[in-house]
Amino acid sequence: MPDVTDRRTSPGERLIVALPYLWLVAFFLVPFLIVGRISLSQTAIAQPPYTPVLDLSAGLSGIADFVRALSTETYGLIASDDLYLFSYLKSLQVALVSTAILLVIGLPIAHAMARAPARLQPLLVVAVMLPFWTSFLIRIYAWMTILQHDGLLNQALLALGLVDTPPVWLATDTAVIIGIVYSYLPFMVLPLYASLQKLDETLMEAAADLGCPRWKSFWLVTVPLILPGVGAGCLLCMIPIVGEFVIPDLLGSSETMMIGQTLWTEFFSNKDWPVASAIAVVLLVLLVGPIAGYEALQSRQIREGR
Amino acid sequence: MPRAVAPTPARPAGRDARPAGDRAEKHRPMVRFDTVTRRFADVTAVDRLGLDIREGEFFALLGPSGCGKTTLLRMLAGFERPDDGRILLAGEDIAAVPPWQRPVNMMFQSYALFPHLTVAGNIAFGLKQERLPRPEIDARVAEMLRLVRLEGLGGRRPHQLSGGQRQRVALARALAKHPKVLLLDEPLAALDKKLREETQFELMALQERLATTFVIVTHDQEEAMTMADRIGVMNHGRLAQVGTPAEIYEQPRSRWVAGFIGDVNLIDGTVAAIASDGIEIADAAGRRFRAAGAPPVQTGDAVTLAVRPEKFAVATGADAAGADVAGAAPVNSVAGKVADIGYLGDISVYKVRLDDGTVLKASVTNAHRHTTPAIGWDDTVRLSFPPAAAAVLTE
Repeated sequence: MPDVTDRRTSPGERLIVALPYLWLVAFFLVPFLIVGRISLSQTAIAQPPYTPVLDLSAGLSGIADFVRALSTETYGLIASDDLYLFSYLKSLQVALVSTAILLVIGLPIAHAMARAPARLQPLLVVAVMLPFWTSFLIRIYAWMTILQHDGLLNQALLALGLVDTPPVWLATDTAVIIGIVYSYLPFMVLPLYASLQKLDETLMEAAADLGCPRWKSFWLVTVPLILPGVGAGCLLCMIPIVGEFVIPDLLGSSETMMIGQTLWTEFFSNKDWPVASAIAVVLLVLLVGPIAGYEALQSRQIREGR
Repeated sequence: MPRAVAPTPARPAGRDARPAGDRAEKHRPMVRFDTVTRRFADVTAVDRLGLDIREGEFFALLGPSGCGKTTLLRMLAGFERPDDGRILLAGEDIAAVPPWQRPVNMMFQSYALFPHLTVAGNIAFGLKQERLPRPEIDARVAEMLRLVRLEGLGGRRPHQLSGGQRQRVALARALAKHPKVLLLDEPLAALDKKLREETQFELMALQERLATTFVIVTHDQEEAMTMADRIGVMNHGRLAQVGTPAEIYEQPRSRWVAGFIGDVNLIDGTVAAIASDGIEIADAAGRRFRAAGAPPVQTGDAVTLAVRPEKFAVATGADAAGADVAGAAPVNSVAGKVADIGYLGDISVYKVRLDDGTVLKASVTNAHRHTTPAIGWDDTVRLSFPPAAAAVLTE
C-alpha cells in the first residue's frame, strides 16, 4: 500500500477531514458540556432556572466564584432517591425484554429475506422500511386505537373466542413493549439481514456435507458468523429504547415510568433542570459501557480480517 | 489455463501404465448414474447421463464450463436432486438420502472453511456430528493434520493460512470422516501453477495410499490427464467419451473430443479403400492417407483423420523433397512451407502451409540445445506419420 501519511495535504483536504469533527464538537461535545455543567448546578427561581451563572464581566474572579459554586449535589439526590433507581431499572427491563423479542421476531424475518430470490430482496428491504414513510406519532396513535378497550385487538380476540372478557392493554407494560417492538423492528431486521446476506452459502453446504442437518448448521455455523450483526441489531435497538419517551408516554401507565419520562417530568413539570441534566448524564455514562464494548468487539473483528 | 499444446512424448500422459482397470473390474461400481437428468429453468444441465465409477478409482469429470460436470458432482453430494433417473452409491439408491447422511464428502472449490473455527475445529467438525468420543476425534484430527502435513497449525484460523495451506485443510476436513467417495470440485483452481502441479502429485499419492474413490471435477485437461485413472469428458450435459487418459488422447471418439483434449490436426476426407490392416482416405485435394485400426466404415463414408502435432516426423532439406524424387508414392507424407514457429522451450510448434492452403501443426521435442534454429520461416519441410498414429473419426 502506498504511504499516504507523507503526502502533503492541502488546506481544502484538511477542512474536509475536519468537517465531521467540527460537527461533533459543535452539536455533540458542546451540548454535552452544557448539560454536564447544568447538572452540577442548583435549581433556582430565575432565568435560567439554575445557579450559578457564569458572569464573564467579573473577570477571573467571576470564573473562580462560578467554579466554587458548582456541586455534585444533584447526583447525590439521584443516588439517594429510589424513584430514579427504579426508573433506570424499569427502562433497562423494558429495553432488555423488547430487544429479546425483537431478536426472536427479527431473525426469522431477516433469514427469510436473505434466502429470498436475489431480485426480490431490494423489494423486501423497502417493505421493511415502508413504515418510516408514515409519521412515527401517527403510527403510535394507531396502536392506541388498536389496543384500546373496544379496539381491533380485543375485537379480534373476542371474535376468535380466545378471550371471554376483553383484557386491558392500554397503559400496561405489554402495550409499551408492543409499541416498541413494532417501532424498532426495522433497526433489528436490517443489520441482521446485512450479515446474513454476506454469509457464504457454501458454508451451509459444507456443514450439511459434513453431517449437519439444517437446523443444526444454523446454530453451529450461521449464528456464530452473524454474531456481529446480532450485536449491532441488539445495541441499535436497546440503546435508544432505554431512553425512549414517546412510546411509554402514549401507551404506558403513569405509575411505571421509564427514565425518559422521569427526565421529562423533572424538566417540564418540576422545572428542575440540574436533576434532569444529571439524569441524562448518568444515562449516557450507563450506555457508554455497552457501546464501547461493541466498538472494541468490532475493531477486533476487522483486525482479524474475518 | 491449460497449455495450448498437448503433452508430448517427452512427458508421458496420465497413469495409463497402472493396471487400474484390472484391479477395479472385479468390484461392482461404487457410483452409478442411471439415465440421470437435471434441468434448470430452460437449461438441461445433465441430460440422460449414464456412468459407472469404480471402487478405488481416481475419476475425473472434464469439460468446458457449463457442461454440467459440477451439477453431476453436486447431485452425488446431495445438493441437487435429479429430475429423472437414479444415482446408486455402493448399490443403494440415494435419492432419498439427505446430504448430511451420505457417506461422501466434498472438497469445495472455494474450500468453504468455517472462518470462526480453528484448523483443528474445521477438521473435527464432521467427526463431532458423528458424536465420536473426544479422544478419538483428537486422534483423528492429529492423523489428518499429519496426512496433509499441517502439524502444528491446528490452532490457526483459516485467515491466518496461505492459499495452499487452506486447500490442505479443506482436503483434511473432507477426508476426516473416511468417506466412501471423495468429491473434489476444481480443487486446485485457486492455486498458482507451480503449487498446482505439486499438489496434483500429492493428491495422487494420497489417493493411492487411502484407496478411496476420488471424483474430481476440472476444466483443466492437463490436470485430469495427470491425475485420473479414467476421465469422463462432458459436453452439453452428456458424456462425450469415457476412458483412460491415453484412450481419450490417442483414440478420441469424436471431432469434439479430439479438439477439446490437446491439439489436433483434423483432415476431412472420404474412405477410398478398405484393407485388412486399415483404411485409405482421400481428402478434397486428392491426397491419400492410410490409417490403421479404424472403426467400422464403408467405402465412400465421410470421415475425419485426427493427427496429433507430435505424431508428425518433420524432415528438412533434401529429405523434404526426397520421397517424391524416389518415385514411390509417399505414404502419409505431405510437403509444405513453414508459416509460423512457436518456441515453447521443451518443444517447438511449427505451422506448415500446404500447397492448397491447408495449415497443419507439428511439434518437435527440442532434444538438443541449438544456437541456430534447425527449421526457419518459409523453409520447405515434409511432414509424415505412420498409419497407426492417426485416428479415424466418424462423429
